[in-house]
Amino acid sequence: MNLILFTFIVLLGFTSYYFGRKKAYTIQSTKKRLTALPQFYGYYLSIWCAIPAFIIFSLWAIFEPTIVKLLILSDYSNQGYLDDELNLIYEKTKALSRGQFTGEITPFIEASAEKYLSLRSIAQSSKVVIVLSAIIASVAYAYKRISSNSRTREPVEKFLNAVLFTASLAAILTTVGIVFSLIFQTIDFFKVIPLFDFVFGTHWYPAKAFVRDSSEALDPTMYSDTFGAVPIFAGTFFIAFIAMCVAIPIGLMSGIYLAEYASYKVRQYAKPLIEILAGIPTVVYGFFAALTVGPFLKELGTSMGLEVSAESALAAGGVMGIMIIPFISSLSDDVITSVPQSLRDGSYAMGATKSETIKRVIFPAALPGIVGSILLGVSRAIGETMIVVMASGLAANLTLNPLESTSTITAQIVVILIGDQAFGDPKTQAAFALGMSLFLVTLCLNIVALRVVKKYREKYE
Amino acid sequence: MNKNKEQLLNKRYKAEQRFRLYGQSAIFMALLFLTIFIFKIFSTGYSAFQKTWLIVPVTFDAELMMLEQNPSKEDIQDADYYDIALKSMADLDLNANEDQENELKRMVSYFFEKEIKNELLNDPSLIGKTKEVYLTASDDLDQVFKGNYPRDLPEDQRRVSDYQLKIFDQLVANGKVESKFNISFFTNADSREAELAGIASSFMGSIFSILVCLMIAFPVAVLAAIYLEEFAPKNRFTDFIEVNINNLAAVPSIVFGLLGLGVLLAIFQLPRSTPLVGGITLSLMTLPTIIIAARASLKAVPPSIREAALAMGASRMQTTMHHTVPLSMPGTLSGTIIGLAQALGETAPLILIGMVAFVNTIPGSPMDPAASLPVQIYIWAESAERGFVEKVSACIMVLLGFLITMNLFAQIIRHKFEKKWS
Repeated sequence: MNLILFTFIVLLGFTSYYFGRKKAYTIQSTKKRLTALPQFYGYYLSIWCAIPAFIIFSLWAIFEPTIVKLLILSDYSNQGYLDDELNLIYEKTKALSRGQFTGEITPFIEASAEKYLSLRSIAQSSKVVIVLSAIIASVAYAYKRISSNSRTREPVEKFLNAVLFTASLAAILTTVGIVFSLIFQTIDFFKVIPLFDFVFGTHWYPAKAFVRDSSEALDPTMYSDTFGAVPIFAGTFFIAFIAMCVAIPIGLMSGIYLAEYASYKVRQYAKPLIEILAGIPTVVYGFFAALTVGPFLKELGTSMGLEVSAESALAAGGVMGIMIIPFISSLSDDVITSVPQSLRDGSYAMGATKSETIKRVIFPAALPGIVGSILLGVSRAIGETMIVVMASGLAANLTLNPLESTSTITAQIVVILIGDQAFGDPKTQAAFALGMSLFLVTLCLNIVALRVVKKYREKYE
Repeated sequence: MNKNKEQLLNKRYKAEQRFRLYGQSAIFMALLFLTIFIFKIFSTGYSAFQKTWLIVPVTFDAELMMLEQNPSKEDIQDADYYDIALKSMADLDLNANEDQENELKRMVSYFFEKEIKNELLNDPSLIGKTKEVYLTASDDLDQVFKGNYPRDLPEDQRRVSDYQLKIFDQLVANGKVESKFNISFFTNADSREAELAGIASSFMGSIFSILVCLMIAFPVAVLAAIYLEEFAPKNRFTDFIEVNINNLAAVPSIVFGLLGLGVLLAIFQLPRSTPLVGGITLSLMTLPTIIIAARASLKAVPPSIREAALAMGASRMQTTMHHTVPLSMPGTLSGTIIGLAQALGETAPLILIGMVAFVNTIPGSPMDPAASLPVQIYIWAESAERGFVEKVSACIMVLLGFLITMNLFAQIIRHKFEKKWS
């Protein structure tokens, strides 16, 4: 029914475009001067036809279920039911009216199911009537405006401008959505677990806090010493550190080589090839780390008499480093090429060799941009998920030995949320609290990095 | 004095050469990683495109199948194939005891009953006759045949018994084992049995999510880019929008997964595990990428075009919609394709919104539960069975194939259709 109504509105919108344009032509044939191009008459009419109808349509879709529910449950209002029970009654009613109810049917519920059905049909038909009359009214209004040859281009363009503006809000809405989805769960989490325990506790063992039945009273002592995030934060930064140990030297040197030494041909082939590394999905890196690098390191370690875990921080961090190489190399390449030629010429004129020029003149000049690119790389390493989930351990050890397994923020979020989650369980909330800290850390890194890079660009442009 | 100078110069030249060498070896290292990587994936994955079949003589005994004389199509459909299937496997070794018969049965996939049934449905005149039927080998034997399974392990550490190996070797010697192109890898949905598992369900899941993502992200991103580049006044608010977009582009993908879980699933009550939710989540993630690309290509349209249109009396909206936007489309489209390729390879947010569920049916719409290709890689990589290792690599090959095609396509659009000004 909704679909039919929807298509009907769309079709009417399209046809009214032609009516509007035709009207414009008739006005033109009476030798009157049009106030806009004929198609604007069409746009004007079809906007007036479709938009009010759509607004009513979507508002209806949003509010109808709530209103129907209120009306149904008003019958039960003075019988002392709890909210949960009322919800259950409503669900039963809906199931019964759809003929999918399998439990015991009480006359009460049967009555409400009938009421539900009649309410729904009233709602449906009144929706159709209201939407149609809205279309008729607004089209009549717009048609009258067109016939009197009043302005159409300005309102149409104003409308388009509003649409464009709304679309540009999407980015803000997404950010708001992220903060919104994280903050409530996080606040709930910190109501149960003190912030101090989370930030400074050294034991992370969320499986202990598994609540089988949500009606069970929450016992705060149960959670003490379970949600100490220090091992996870340490593991995250440790793995990111290993990754950067791989990525910075290789990425930076290849960036410098590509920008300063490489011939046009080498650059043409090497640059896209290295950038392929950035396009490979992270799950593929994870598989590579878990299947090839981990066992290889373990074997290598055993042959040297070292105890290496198959899921070592080294394997995950090393592979993550490979993934980050192209980010650092392309960004530093860009930064170095935008250093003005005059600086190089000056240095060569003083008799410096190429490498001396690079080390003493270009590198210091490009440093802010390079730092920015490294910070972006760090932010990516911290937020990387699949490699750590697949190649690093899932148990949170507090260790600085790269051969042991550690866990990270992202890996813990996945571990906690991979099955069915019960919202309101401190374990689930812990994942959101971790997500919040991840978001904040990467946000700070990004803002600083972007600002540094921007400042640097402005300096030389 | 002069000698000193020469030494110093030599030292400086050596340093120059060393530095150059560092650069070359860095590039070499990066390319080496890439090569090892691709080589490893291909060398483990190519064998998954072959599938091992056992050729087993099956006697279509009407009595064992509980079929009457002159059965109709429905009778054949409903007949009992388990017994003849079991019997034909047991007949491979006439002296087999009960345990060994069980082992014989496990040499083929549990799908063998259906394969025999399909044979008869294709040719009902087979009743009462014996025919050699192709049966899918179990994944362990499949791996043995491909040489991926160490035969020299002690028996209790192997999933294939000595007895099964003996019979299998006999079959190989008689030419009753054949390797053919693995069509079922592309047409089957996921399965717990490695020999039957395919990528069809996750492939459809990926396609649906990407379509949903495209339908939401592309229009919104293009409209937003047009506003920001052509109409937005320069003020605090538009600066704020811009900072927001740049930040969103660098937010870790898993945070978008939390957004999908906390808002789309918990508040809007959209169905879990579906490409619809996956696509919406991915579209929020791709939005900044497309906006940035679209803005860059709008910026690349020279101002003279706009000035010419305005001089001819077009309004600003007409100038933008009729001239600037069409000219910027090649750049926008190639940016969109690159953004979609990123979304196609994304795993973490999809795991959080439940697209890791085991799905053994092929989804028919974005509202059906599904996995996606990267998630399928994750699921298979986590299972212990040896047969899944090559499947993972093969799935990676398919995924990389898609990503490469999409990127090439983006390049072609950019080079073919983009106007070069200057």
